[in-house]
Amino acid sequence: MDATILNMIAFYFFAAMTVLSAAVVVFARNLIHSAFALLFTFFGVAALYAFLGADFLAATQMVIYVGGILVLLIFGVMLTHKLYDMKLKAETYQFWPGLTLVTAVFLVLVYVMMRTTWYSRGTRALNPTTAGIGELFMKEYILPFELASIFLLIALIGAAMIVRRKSE
Amino acid sequence: MIGLSHYLIISAALFSLGIMAVLTRKNAVNVLMGVELILNSANINLVAFSRFSSANLDGQLFAIFIIVIAAAEAAVGLAIVLSMYRLLKSVNLDKADTLKG
Repeated sequence: MDATILNMIAFYFFAAMTVLSAAVVVFARNLIHSAFALLFTFFGVAALYAFLGADFLAATQMVIYVGGILVLLIFGVMLTHKLYDMKLKAETYQFWPGLTLVTAVFLVLVYVMMRTTWYSRGTRALNPTTAGIGELFMKEYILPFELASIFLLIALIGAAMIVRRKSE
Repeated sequence: MIGLSHYLIISAALFSLGIMAVLTRKNAVNVLMGVELILNSANINLVAFSRFSSANLDGQLFAIFIIVIAAAEAAVGLAIVLSMYRLLKSVNLDKADTLKG
């Protein structure tokens, strides 16, 4: 089989996985189902990064989203529900107005994307990106890099302060 | 051949689904999941433009910064949700109406 066709099949598989599991996240009646569908969404997005030649970013997506944020969200689900009394049903409100609005937003976005001729300076070759990203971080982007690290430190200390029990 | 528009449509779908979660879900943790979907859709756009529209890596660096923001947002958001649960014994967003006049 031709490599291009194989490539396209894999792309459509991961694209469908991403979008369909995102739909499960939004429409599932059970919160745990939402949380585990989010795992497949993040995994599909990591695969799309790999298709786009962003190897470092794909690995980062796996480590931070799947390993960190998703575990944090599942902790959030577990800690805020009594697991055994079936209180995990997710309620919705304004379902049909929301669905109508969101469909309209999606159609407008796709229409605008199709109408626009995007500026292009050529396609980047599929080379390893890690060394280039590291160099950019240490040269042009050193100030945002340091600011992001301080920002993350402040956010985590703040989160710990918020959830800390008040000592009597 | 797979081009820029494929990725943009996937990203638009993820964005719309994230907005849907934020608009219609009553559970605060589920709303946070919707916000994560929105941030991921922005990331797909940035990486796709980095591949197809420019010849450099700047888009991927922006995506890394967005991942940093998403991590901070998840941590602070869940801290707020947990203290809300401790206060109200519920994560239903309709119950958080203490400031309502």
